[in-house]
Amino acid sequence: MSRPTRGGIAGMLLAGIYASAALAGFLAPYDPIEQNRGLAFAPPARLRLVDASGRLHLRPFVYALVPRPGTFDYDEDVSRPYPIRLFPEGAAHRIAGLIPSNHHLFGVDDPARLFLIGSDEYGRDLLSRLIHGARISPVAGLLAASLAVSVGLVLGGVAGFYGGVTDQVLMRCAELVMAVPWLYLLLAVRAALPLALEPRDAFLLVIAVIGTVGWARPARLVRSVVLSARTRDYVLAARSFGASDARVLRRHVLPEALGVAFTQLALLVPQCILAEVTLSFFGLGVGEPLPSWGNMLAGVQRFHVLASYWWMFLPGLALVPIFLIYYAVTDVLHRHLVLRAP
Amino acid sequence: MTARGLPLLVAVALLAGTLAPVRYAAPSENFVPVAGPHNGPGARSAPGRYWANQPRALPGRGPQRAFLARWGGRYQGQSPWLVWAADSGGPAAQAEEFLIAAHEVGRHGGRLVVTQRAEPRTLNPVTVADAPSRDVIRPTTADLVHINRETQLTEPALARSWTVSPDGRRMTLQLRRGIRFSDGHPFDADDVVFSFEVYQDPKIDSPQRELLGVAGRPMAVKKVDRYTVQFDLAEPRAVGERLFDTVAMLPKHRLEQVYREGRLPEAWRLGTAPSDMAGLGPFRFQQHLPGQRVALERNPYYWKVDRAGGRLPYLDGVTFVTVTNEDAQVLRFQAGEADVLARIGAENFAVLEREQTSRGYVLKDLGPGLEYSMLFFNLNALPGTQGAIAAKQNWFRVTAFRQAVSAAIDRDSIVRLVYRGRATPLAGHVTPGNRLWTNPQLRPPARSTARASELLRQAGFRMSDARRVVDAQGQPVEFSILVSASNPVLNQVATIIQSDLGQVGMRVRIVPFEFRAMLDRIFKTYEYEAALLPLGGGDGDPNSEMNVWLSSGPQHLWHLGQQQPATPWEAEIDRVMRAQVSMLDASARKRAYDRVQQIVAENLPFIFLVSPNVLVGARRDLGNFRPAVLEPQVLWNVDELFWRRPSSGPSP
Repeated sequence: MSRPTRGGIAGMLLAGIYASAALAGFLAPYDPIEQNRGLAFAPPARLRLVDASGRLHLRPFVYALVPRPGTFDYDEDVSRPYPIRLFPEGAAHRIAGLIPSNHHLFGVDDPARLFLIGSDEYGRDLLSRLIHGARISPVAGLLAASLAVSVGLVLGGVAGFYGGVTDQVLMRCAELVMAVPWLYLLLAVRAALPLALEPRDAFLLVIAVIGTVGWARPARLVRSVVLSARTRDYVLAARSFGASDARVLRRHVLPEALGVAFTQLALLVPQCILAEVTLSFFGLGVGEPLPSWGNMLAGVQRFHVLASYWWMFLPGLALVPIFLIYYAVTDVLHRHLVLRAP
Repeated sequence: MTARGLPLLVAVALLAGTLAPVRYAAPSENFVPVAGPHNGPGARSAPGRYWANQPRALPGRGPQRAFLARWGGRYQGQSPWLVWAADSGGPAAQAEEFLIAAHEVGRHGGRLVVTQRAEPRTLNPVTVADAPSRDVIRPTTADLVHINRETQLTEPALARSWTVSPDGRRMTLQLRRGIRFSDGHPFDADDVVFSFEVYQDPKIDSPQRELLGVAGRPMAVKKVDRYTVQFDLAEPRAVGERLFDTVAMLPKHRLEQVYREGRLPEAWRLGTAPSDMAGLGPFRFQQHLPGQRVALERNPYYWKVDRAGGRLPYLDGVTFVTVTNEDAQVLRFQAGEADVLARIGAENFAVLEREQTSRGYVLKDLGPGLEYSMLFFNLNALPGTQGAIAAKQNWFRVTAFRQAVSAAIDRDSIVRLVYRGRATPLAGHVTPGNRLWTNPQLRPPARSTARASELLRQAGFRMSDARRVVDAQGQPVEFSILVSASNPVLNQVATIIQSDLGQVGMRVRIVPFEFRAMLDRIFKTYEYEAALLPLGGGDGDPNSEMNVWLSSGPQHLWHLGQQQPATPWEAEIDRVMRAQVSMLDASARKRAYDRVQQIVAENLPFIFLVSPNVLVGARRDLGNFRPAVLEPQVLWNVDELFWRRPSSGPSP
């Protein structure tokens, strides 16, 4: 058996992330919308093995937090350790949306709370929100970016391949799309929609809006690649053998542009995840209390959070490995599909 | 609109500087539209009240405050004496009747740097409608009678004294003699008569106009002699002299011609030369750098002196710098690049507090202000096209339903989580910050889900098997709350309410909306179910609240455009509010207004949440810094502010 390749690892990680999204209810220790108002801005839990009296525990434990009145500072109540348990009972959820369960992967006994990466301004568990948010943001980001790149690939390919009037019309449209003040358009879109959107509708809307707005840039890049590809010798050869436009485009020209398209995809996914924040501003995003990475990051963009609660940034850090994985996957796809390297 | 007092909606657009779009839209966004029902963005709103997306913008008549103003510069470089001689034929003219201020005697020199959320749009005190403009204009203008922001009572300003006839309809004001506009031209009764002609002119449509008209009819203003002016009101008005607060006296010699030519609304723009303007405030306009700052300089003719006989103001000038979001304002203040900071959010206050001593500034928590936040339901008469909302109005119109919502809300958590303890839970619309008028009998409801459920049950709602509240037809109770997307504080409040109401079985969706789009829905299209807004400002007097509580009022937010009061309790409020206007007995007025507060608290057209504390800060060596809860909180006594150390304070 051969060693796993870089692409294989990245692919597995990516699959893992999407799988964990499906299992979010089980993996997350708490209900992501449950507010613990006495524990707002609680710092990440300190896992311990040695208790206050110096005794060593085999199982990691935490102490319950006691708020200092009038502040968001906390003291640990060292009178009782709360060991971390596997499969404790907690909030009801459905595994993969199907199997009802109220067991979670890990947790601690009440009344203590296990906030592994801290809590937010309402005392909601950030880790649970992060895990549940993975059901929305990476998926929406991927779909929206794919939509934008697909449209860009088709329109850019057609424009570059046929040239002339087609090219002129499509590229002027692309410029128009880039020049339109989208913010005002979003306002108009929002006004035309019902007052409150179901989360599922909001999710699809986010994908549609970001995809529609984002196609112009990839289209222009694809067009430039196609423009040079269509004059290559092998394209001329294919034509001289009587290949149809569609075949030439599909077999010989567009594959040239795939590299560009994939790079664009990898670049667009993070942008799309962040675009969700903007959409939320116009009431188009997935709203509170449902967690999405976009609205979690929106909460960080305030000075007092920056100055006081560093753990609120952890959701942002979670994006870093995700983006790296995306880059790795695109890289592999690029090499396989475009360069046809093993 | 600077209505003295009219409460204003403040939308605290903290916006955190975060979202790209927001930043984009910042200038127009932050300053609100003052959009009344019929005005577009940026237009003035319904009389009396400003919608401000940002806190410091709250106006009210408070803001357009009674300073004097004057821009000018024609005589710059000449001594006052020369000017005097030039204008009025020499010292034979009247000696100046100064107002002697009682504050700590300071020292002259230095400038004050103030940050603003957006650039001012105009320097015209007649047409000003946006908060940043008002902030800049206020120190350059003066009113006849002024409401002291500290005591909340009236005191003499340009009028050294006044008398009110026994029937409360005629006021006679004695003007201060010998005082001058900032260009050196003398001020007298002709300027006063001219000013009121302008403010009451329907063609000019000044925001002040409606406020000045008692019962919709303008006052008759008559010059008795050079220093006496007589005002006749159409109907008796309690504390009628409060009308004069913030009504800036205009220089007839500068504005009469443009007024007669019908060009007054366009006069005194940002680009106007300082030498073409004049006012009676402690400062006068000096310079405007577009996109950066507006500078005011000391008015050498100002009519106040300190106890030692030194002419005010102490400062050489005030510079207003545009900084478009609260976080950036806080950082500038922390870095020493701004000298005062008003309307700080509680979270930023907590951050600033930590470095208070090391950075050389002082912070003050003035306790509850006049502003409050409230949730209200759409009780408007809807056009037939909005069947879905109309169906839900069957719930919203039930008083017990509103009471149940109120009982389910955990105000203490809002205070603690959102305001860091720096806010007060509210029972009614008059906050504890309004010392003269608050009704102490009203206690904020303690949270009780049991009471909420009981109220719902009595009103015919029941709990379904899925632990959801359903109405008599079995329809589950769910509604949406509209909230300004650029206001993170209110979004937090909404999230807490959502969770609270979820616990009694109501499903609530939060719908964040761009602020102006939101106002459009509330004022024009009525396409909303419930909304969360801050309301506030004003001078605290009930008269400044008429446009909210009268059923025909332009800010009667929950049900606009009523021909007849829609409910018996609204009819009663109408009656009591109209009656109190002409009650000359202060205690009878207080009883009447207490009654209004009680009716409102029982029927809950607004579900009152909390009143945030007024949080301000200033450099430690700024003398006479005595912030007040009324607008303008930190600059109301800008003529008395001084630097304890020479040359302290950054100069731009």
